[in-house]
Amino acid sequence: MNAPADIVRRKPRAISQEAIVFALTAIIFAIFALLLPSFLTGGNLLALVQNVSILGVLGVAMAMAIIGRGIDLSIVATMAVSVAWVLQLTNHGMALEPAILLGFGLALAIGLVNGILVAYVEIPAIFATLAMGTAAYGCVRSLLLEDNLVYLKAAGDTWFKWIGSGAVLGVPNPVLLFAAVALVGEVLLRVTTQGRFLYAMGDNPSAARITGVPMRPLIVLQYVSCAAIAFVAGVIMATSVDSMETRVARSNLVYDVILVVVIGGVGLSGGKGTVRNVVVGTLLIGVLLNGMTIMNVPYTLQNIVKSLVLLAAIVIDSLVNPRDEQTSQQGDI
Amino acid sequence: MNKALTLLAGALALAAAMGSTPSRAGQPDDGLVNESAAAMKGKKVAFVPIAMGFDLTEAWAAGLKLDAQAFGYDLAIRDPNWSVDAGAQAISQLIAENPDVLVIHPPEIQAYTRLIQQANAQGIPVVTMNLKADANGDMVIGANWYDLAVRQTNAMVKLCGAGSGKSGKIAVMQGVLTNPTSQYGIQAIEATLKDHPEIKIVSNQAADWDASKAHAIAGTVLKANPDLCGFIGMWDNMDVGIAAAIKEAGRTGQVYLVSSGGGNQASACDNIANGNFTTYISYDAKGQARDLMMAVRSLLQSKPAQPGEHPVALYTPLKTIDKDSNYPGACWTLDDVRKYGP
Repeated sequence: MNAPADIVRRKPRAISQEAIVFALTAIIFAIFALLLPSFLTGGNLLALVQNVSILGVLGVAMAMAIIGRGIDLSIVATMAVSVAWVLQLTNHGMALEPAILLGFGLALAIGLVNGILVAYVEIPAIFATLAMGTAAYGCVRSLLLEDNLVYLKAAGDTWFKWIGSGAVLGVPNPVLLFAAVALVGEVLLRVTTQGRFLYAMGDNPSAARITGVPMRPLIVLQYVSCAAIAFVAGVIMATSVDSMETRVARSNLVYDVILVVVIGGVGLSGGKGTVRNVVVGTLLIGVLLNGMTIMNVPYTLQNIVKSLVLLAAIVIDSLVNPRDEQTSQQGDI
Repeated sequence: MNKALTLLAGALALAAAMGSTPSRAGQPDDGLVNESAAAMKGKKVAFVPIAMGFDLTEAWAAGLKLDAQAFGYDLAIRDPNWSVDAGAQAISQLIAENPDVLVIHPPEIQAYTRLIQQANAQGIPVVTMNLKADANGDMVIGANWYDLAVRQTNAMVKLCGAGSGKSGKIAVMQGVLTNPTSQYGIQAIEATLKDHPEIKIVSNQAADWDASKAHAIAGTVLKANPDLCGFIGMWDNMDVGIAAAIKEAGRTGQVYLVSSGGGNQASACDNIANGNFTTYISYDAKGQARDLMMAVRSLLQSKPAQPGEHPVALYTPLKTIDKDSNYPGACWTLDDVRKYGP
């Protein structure tokens, strides 16, 4: 006789979306390696990861939000304004360390407001963070920042500059930081109680609440963590290009971030996915962009190829794993 | 009694009127000064930039604000903050408000063409700033993008061409493809290089004016072409990303970077001084601010009979800045322009 657990166990998915995307990445990787002599060199492969490391770091934050059945559309704005403020404070003569603390505090404050709006005011995350992104950008830009573009000047010769532009044993720091953030994210999600609760909350909020998961504080923690990771991404960005252009808050970077998260297999309905999915999604984009840049594919064609490959990944997934009543349920978004 | 009151009121009004323009109180009429000031007073000027908050638009606005105060015209600035839609809405709204001069900074060649024509058709004179649109309006102030890119390419040819001992491989970093900087720039680069077969473009990419994207592309291009001689960039704000990639590869000074922009101190001269940029073609936004002040003054004093019929070209004189020509004063700072005027 079957044990009850066996009876209710769902038929395992034949091949997961993550595996499909990973296979697709491997195929494209192999093609580039065969066709492009300069592709398969250590330097280029590091550059490949380096170029998508900011996307990846933001992806880890976004994954945390989405796994907990939320979303954070203010992530790019948080990153831009908090770090731009740090640069401006140092350019005006403030010492580096207090400036970083202030900027980090600003990022956390934005995350805190997000969390309170979602958890206590009970605004759906998509609206709360959408509005908060615009509000944070607008307020900080008009009240604190003098310019859209802030250069890394005063802190340009300090250890701060090394964060995004240095290297350890030949590996560029952004790659290491991406790895570190991914690792910390994975540990937070898999090992800590809060991380497990996040999955519970994302999978079935009502059940989680009934079983005693402290939902509201957990949601606040979720958005504050997102903002903290966004700040790290911002520091990498600013120190690798010597400036922070706050206009990035108005760009479509946030969609790219959602894309690498979802394409890697983190379910938008919440409760599903790991940091590994984000890494796989990020690598696919990285390999595509890198190869096409080496081939000097025109910009508009690059966008077409990129979207077609992503579409292909989704189509293959829906053919291999047809939707049913269980899997087609969506979360708040 | 009534008469005395009227007289008193009249005297008070006169005193108030004289008091309000103290600067010109004592100036004799030279036949133009009063007339021109009267023509500008109380008029309405509107400015729709791509966005406020960056060096170019802030410098132009500083100039206009100065004149608005000096001549008593009303200045309205509508900031669409990089949104083409919001800009179009702002312009439509302004056309309905019927200003005396409309200053437009078009984000791309086509976007506002119809609106500029519409404003002209309604009798509103239009000044277009820096980025050339398909409709010219009445005055076009800005860099000649073709000429600018020719200068950039010639600078590159000097650095990487015959006799330089370099590979001759160069890369081009465009901004937004629909922008005249890219549209006319790439044509100029290709046309100029026809006479220099030793130079080869190994990479021609676009980075959407985003330093971070430019950094990623430049990093890859440098790895794929270890003997690359130089980059042509199309805007300083974006090109700092290329400079960072060159520095990261440890090849500052060996891989050249020819950039361009509005010539503010932090973006242009500082980057030339510290070796980030090799050569910089400046369209001196401070000078453009003054050109804009004069264009608006001119249109306020003498409104064209049929706006838009005879556009006047005021292409900005270009300045080449490199290590040798980086004299004090080659660049400007926004603080100074705001404090002391363009």
